[in-house]
Amino acid sequence: MVRFVDEFRDADKAQALAARIAERCEPGREYKLMEVCGGHTHTIYKHGLEDYLPETVTLVHGPGCPVCVIPMGRVDDAMHIAAQPDVIMTSFGDMMRVPGSHGSFLDSKAAGTDIRMVYSPLDALKIAKQNPEKRVVFMAIGFETTAPSTAMTVLRAAADGIDNFSIFCNHVTIIPAIKAILDSPDLRLDGFIGPGHVSTVIGCRPYEFIARGYGKPLVVAGFEPLDILQSIYMIMGQLAEGRCEVDNQYTRVVPWDGNLKALQVINEVMELRPYFEWRGLGFISHSALRVRDAYARFDAERLFDLPGVRVADPKACQCGEVLKGVLKPWECKVFGTACTPETPIGTCMVSPEGACAAYYNFGRFTRTRVMEATRT
Amino acid sequence: MSTVDREQQVLERIDRARRARARVKDERITLAHGAGGKATHSLIEAVFLEAFRNPILEPLEDQAVFSVGGARLAFTTDSYVVRPLFFPGGDIGELAVNGTVNDLAMSGAQPLYLSVGVILEEGFPVADLARVTDSMARAAQAAGVQVVTGDTKVVERGKADGCYLNTTGVGVITHDLRLGAGEARPGDVVLVSGPIGDHGVTIMLARGELDIEADLGSDTAPLADLVQRMLAAAPGVRCMRDATRGGVATILNEIARASEAAVVIDERAIPVRTEVRGASEILGIDPLYVACEGRFVAVVDPANADAALDALRAHPLGAGAAVIGQVKADPPTLVLLKTEFGGTRIVDVLIGDPLPRIC
Repeated sequence: MVRFVDEFRDADKAQALAARIAERCEPGREYKLMEVCGGHTHTIYKHGLEDYLPETVTLVHGPGCPVCVIPMGRVDDAMHIAAQPDVIMTSFGDMMRVPGSHGSFLDSKAAGTDIRMVYSPLDALKIAKQNPEKRVVFMAIGFETTAPSTAMTVLRAAADGIDNFSIFCNHVTIIPAIKAILDSPDLRLDGFIGPGHVSTVIGCRPYEFIARGYGKPLVVAGFEPLDILQSIYMIMGQLAEGRCEVDNQYTRVVPWDGNLKALQVINEVMELRPYFEWRGLGFISHSALRVRDAYARFDAERLFDLPGVRVADPKACQCGEVLKGVLKPWECKVFGTACTPETPIGTCMVSPEGACAAYYNFGRFTRTRVMEATRT
Repeated sequence: MSTVDREQQVLERIDRARRARARVKDERITLAHGAGGKATHSLIEAVFLEAFRNPILEPLEDQAVFSVGGARLAFTTDSYVVRPLFFPGGDIGELAVNGTVNDLAMSGAQPLYLSVGVILEEGFPVADLARVTDSMARAAQAAGVQVVTGDTKVVERGKADGCYLNTTGVGVITHDLRLGAGEARPGDVVLVSGPIGDHGVTIMLARGELDIEADLGSDTAPLADLVQRMLAAAPGVRCMRDATRGGVATILNEIARASEAAVVIDERAIPVRTEVRGASEILGIDPLYVACEGRFVAVVDPANADAALDALRAHPLGAGAAVIGQVKADPPTLVLLKTEFGGTRIVDVLIGDPLPRIC
């Protein structure tokens, strides 16, 4: 038994919750709920959670996969930095396979650039300390979840006087992305499963406009399968009673007001960009972070002369529609044939948290056939 | 057309794309080509099989089986580039002997003779080399094989990671069973010989990059004796594969594909040590894909399944053996997992190295 894991995967409890979710469904009504966060998408597929949902409840996979929203131009810029003399580029593992217009980090690494996988930005800083003659750049990606650790690392670099370390900042913020989806005309959603880890930092208040302005319930959820099932039950309760509020299922981790210290650290080092391009969603105002002037010496965007060329998403790729939940992954024209996890065209196929990769790797079957096969 | 029908149509299109002949689109070799997943398979099929195609090679089993002068022989080779060279529960030398012994054993052969090729980096301590060879000698004795020939090369500093080994082995087959990844039939039972993932997680932790500690050692062990006892008790064995690179998941996919059948496994039945599960949870990896060096998967006729399981459990190296699933007719070529949570998902072939997730 692994504590804090097994108790959140109990099949009996899941069965009981599933029955109660079914009770809350109005006959003849279809429900579309979006899980915003890629971590949730991964959990849903990894544990086969949809087996527990009534056919009238559909989960729509949202834009909250940090790797999936990075546009090709930014990947090209990062590879340009990596190709400069004496540079060691460092990156999270997820990023390694994301295609730019000339291949991915893995291809670039095979061709001889020094790109290393790290588990935390502090590991990148350690590499900088160990290699004073090199320029070490950290490819910073992620929502408010990972931004604090990037910001902390910059502060540490400043405090320790390490001047051969910088970050290529691609941090994005979740609220403008949700708003872009809510404003998208081709979408009909009944409620949101709110991102858990982002909310440990920003808290639950920033979502209130969704309930008030758009009339959709949102429940912040944890990442174990029972967490998600319970938050679906909570959303269904609101819908049944005609309420729409922000609620918190993940109280064991998420404080209502978020983590003030983490927000302060982000705010110390970073500021909002006027606009930023999101893969598939286009330019969204005030949706990403950049390094403040005070920390300019740690900002790879200023230290290196970047091409900064905007690269249009490949024509065949329908990542945007998938990210907005308009299309199911398998409804994309190139899904599974031209675009596979092995040769991804779109970013949704790269990260294990991307909707397409999750469906391809874990859910590529029709339920009726599988029910037959798994019956014992 | 209904949504379900459209989805089914897309799935069939994908299935056809997956069966298409393997191609290597990359211009250069990446680490993914060595990780044991899809990229490795494409490289083997598109480059090596294309170049050397012949009936003995074609089944792409872990060993070649052929007859010479009336004797049926098993023949295999494997290279070892593990880092670190010494790790809890073993070292590169022991691994090099057991790995090749096990590839022979999976054909039901009695392993007999090994060769050893050594590539050393300039500056490598002789004392470390002696540790490796001592360990190889002990492992060979334990497995009942002799190292009968070898080769040594030294390369300049920086051109190798201390010490690389290659072992080649020959064994003799005395049974007349038909074994192979393509022999699984609907109704067959799938067994694993012990808890999975110990070796891979031990190595990841031994690299010291993760700042995680666990009371865990490699599972490296010679499996020939265990296999012989199981075959004696259960002649209805259809195939055996040791779950090395790519783990149990990769092997089950090979079996499903070669047999044109579905393999359905139950997550709750798969033996995984708490330490391995815990480390895997933290790292965001799935123990099903983690390498073992002393565990194998067997597919057995249902009438023989109990006898096979009893024979495995009666042996110290198979004490943790378990039935983990069953072969079904439909949906062909897929491996399905009934999750501990009670849902269902696919267990696919891995694309590259299992990369840790970021959040």
